[in-house]
Amino acid sequence: MRADPAEYKFVSPGNLQAVLSLLASEPAQWLPIAGGTDVMVLYSAGKLPNRKLINILNIPELRQIEVFPDSVRIGAACTYTALRKHDNVSREFPLLATAASWTGGIANQNRGTLGGNIANASPAADSLPALLVYDAEVTLISARGARRVAYRNFHSGYKQTALAADELIRDISLPRRFSEYLSHARKVGARNAQAISKVCLAALGQIANGAIRDVRLALGSVAPVPLRLNETERALTGKKIEPPLIDTARKSVVKEIRPIDDIRSTARYRAAVAGNLVAEFLEKLAAAGANA
Amino acid sequence: MNHAEEPILLLAHAERHKLRRAIDAISIEYEPLPSVHSMEESERRSTIIWGTDNTFKSYLVEKGDADAVWKDAAHIVEGEYFTGAQEQLYIENNGVIATFDPENGVTVWGSLQCPYYVHKALMALCGLSEDKVRVVQMETGGAFGGKEEYPSMIAGHAALLAIKSGRPVKIIYDRMEDMAATTKRHPSRTRHRTAVSKDGKILGGEIEFAIDGGAYTTLSSVVLSRGTIHAGGPYYWPSVRIRTKALATNTPPHGAFRGFGAPQSLFAMERHMDRIAQVVGISPVEIRRRNFLKPGQTTTTQQVIREEINLNHLLDRALELSDYAAKKTRFAEENKDGTRKKGIGIAAFLHGAGFTGSGERYLNSLVGVEAGADGNVRVLVSSAEFGQGTNTVLCQIAAEALGLPYENVSIAQPDTTVVPNSGPTVASRTAMIVGKLLQSAAKGIKETLTKTGFLGNDFTPEQFRAACREYIAAHETLKSYARYEAPGDVYWDDEKYRGEAYAAFAWAVYVAEVTVDLPTYAVTVDDFVALQEVGKVLHPVLAEGQITGGVAQAIGFALYEKVVWQDGRMINNQMTNYIMPTSVDVPPIRVFFEELGNVHGAHGAKGIGELAMDGPAPAIVNAVEDAIGVRFHSIPLLPEDLFEALRPAPLEQDAPSLTRGTA
Repeated sequence: MRADPAEYKFVSPGNLQAVLSLLASEPAQWLPIAGGTDVMVLYSAGKLPNRKLINILNIPELRQIEVFPDSVRIGAACTYTALRKHDNVSREFPLLATAASWTGGIANQNRGTLGGNIANASPAADSLPALLVYDAEVTLISARGARRVAYRNFHSGYKQTALAADELIRDISLPRRFSEYLSHARKVGARNAQAISKVCLAALGQIANGAIRDVRLALGSVAPVPLRLNETERALTGKKIEPPLIDTARKSVVKEIRPIDDIRSTARYRAAVAGNLVAEFLEKLAAAGANA
Repeated sequence: MNHAEEPILLLAHAERHKLRRAIDAISIEYEPLPSVHSMEESERRSTIIWGTDNTFKSYLVEKGDADAVWKDAAHIVEGEYFTGAQEQLYIENNGVIATFDPENGVTVWGSLQCPYYVHKALMALCGLSEDKVRVVQMETGGAFGGKEEYPSMIAGHAALLAIKSGRPVKIIYDRMEDMAATTKRHPSRTRHRTAVSKDGKILGGEIEFAIDGGAYTTLSSVVLSRGTIHAGGPYYWPSVRIRTKALATNTPPHGAFRGFGAPQSLFAMERHMDRIAQVVGISPVEIRRRNFLKPGQTTTTQQVIREEINLNHLLDRALELSDYAAKKTRFAEENKDGTRKKGIGIAAFLHGAGFTGSGERYLNSLVGVEAGADGNVRVLVSSAEFGQGTNTVLCQIAAEALGLPYENVSIAQPDTTVVPNSGPTVASRTAMIVGKLLQSAAKGIKETLTKTGFLGNDFTPEQFRAACREYIAAHETLKSYARYEAPGDVYWDDEKYRGEAYAAFAWAVYVAEVTVDLPTYAVTVDDFVALQEVGKVLHPVLAEGQITGGVAQAIGFALYEKVVWQDGRMINNQMTNYIMPTSVDVPPIRVFFEELGNVHGAHGAKGIGELAMDGPAPAIVNAVEDAIGVRFHSIPLLPEDLFEALRPAPLEQDAPSLTRGTA
């Protein structure tokens, strides 16, 4: 451990109002910490710039998963393990449950939270593409009140988010209208477990009358933000899945993403694999359509 | 400074968190000098960083007339092969505690493999006599060679600080420091040029083997030696010239890692054998069959194979256990469709046990056994337990030699004030060499008791206990020592690098089955058969564990573990970005043994610790070629490498092999 604990302050008020008023009274001073699976890595390396940490893992409102007729609302401090174990989440939002199972090891899944994953805003985060294709909405809360933001508008640039200095993510709401879709998730990491994604795909699709009625594609690790492939989706919608369309999709994906060379992989590899993953999904969707 | 992680200043503080502030308060001015960061740069010699030619050590092995073979060759097959650096990734990082007082001198407790190496280093560094330096090996969380030499460095640092401060000093590296600064496996480059007959027999050839030693000599000459002697693989070379060198670069020194040079040169040999097979137009199985060493033939160093090893039998059994023939046919058929291509590959290899050539003679190891008045026996060796099962196996050998229950034998903590110097815990030597000495020392206890009339030839543990009690009442202590004696028939010429390189070889044939997933260009190993002849297997569970662990580590070497260098520094020095395989990346490893026995080892044992590191990488890369028909020459072989080779743009093919004669 390279950090000096004496240089850090950690408080744990235990209720939402107290947390919000502290964030309001000293804006940008306090870093909310839930499971700590990102924060503590920086801390341990002596690279955590924030000196004041405020615990939000013990706030009951942030720990619930509520099921409403039209939506499932996930408290921001719900862990990956809670997501994996939740009946509605695993049944109706398998892309999210699968992404939760990819994240770190079991210990990380017991500590890491969905809200933390969003706020940390890594483009390589495994659960974020799933939120994009499920049309998630996030509720941000502060002493000033609450507001709702479509998740697709949440990330504005690399590690930049819609969160104001005094705001917390309260919950993530998923509309319950995707259970009839074919869903497909694939993560490509440097190994088959405990790996940061080189590319990861969350995809939903529906076939009607032999053609794509709706398709939703999102990729991680291929741009400064988790990326919904709007152009590619438009190019596919209403079309019959045939080899030329798959080629078109592949090309469109490569055009739409902005991968980079880094310590884990190359831009060229990421682009090729992103295209391959989408092609693989379309073939699966075509096969499902043919069997329907 | 010769590399970026080189220690230049030692700082200690009673509160370690405060140390950061001390570091921040110091500024160091560097004047950059030209530096060298690859073997190619080093051998160009435009910048000299070591001696006159950037070369720590070179060897030349010559057998027969290697220049005369080319005219009779039907095929001349050339190839160039590379292996990368590999980090040991022991569970416990390097760490030591040191104390000093003027009366007793320096004491170091540490996570280490070789207490007497540290002892020797501290005597020289601190200018202290033998009895004023004490080194104690603590329970050590893995080593794999990574704690052979580095503990001497860190123990030196802690000792100097303890002397200066008059207080105990603890240094424990964190993972990032350990990965950045400590020794790794030497990167290598091997060039083969082989003359082959029309029917696939090796006539002779040239092998050039080079390793990147980093900024200081350290163990490079010894690693190079083992790589040199293993470069010809388990094959008969009527004539050969092997030129090898260890080059200087401005990276932290590379060092010992399980296999010690052999995995590097054997990777090249076993990839090259598949290449020769293609050129000749026979199968990978057949090319090996036609060239295997047989009893009575000589190795590249002209060591006569005296044991009755039958490599064809080993090969047949490995093929049968892996269902090789049926799979080969099935995969060829199934690979016509789909995006998941399957392949199967083999590697045949050998590993010499114990120190090379005259090494064991210089080590001159001493092993002791002590019996107490309670009839319990204690093994006195400097051999260290770091997870491989040494303590168990050594106690087992002593118990067996004395005819006592295992429970009556214990082993002393390696402490230089208690145990004699039985040599370092390296080179697959412990069970074989130290074990054999231990057998003699244990028998010495029995002989002392029988000769003095305290014990009959047949005895129960109770009678043994009574005899010990009576003997110790009369003589105070009961100890027996055995010192290494070189076998009379062992001949080694250090100048010509010729003769009996090792007292015994372990032999193996491994078979790897892989899938290449085309959408992601990823290789996974699906099945693995590891068949070896290691003499008598002393402890089946531990032996299997050694092989399984070695294969898993070699899968990392082949497919996952890549040190990313930038100006001589490792920049992916975190387990997040330096990728070792997890349990889901490792297939079922099916381990099988043949047992020929070995006159030089305890109960006929040979060395086993390193063998399993040698074969998996070439077997896996051979299987990848079988799956997708693309030749790879370099490991680690990552998905990005497969992508670059498979993407639609025209591939750079290597120069076609020269084929002449009637073929």
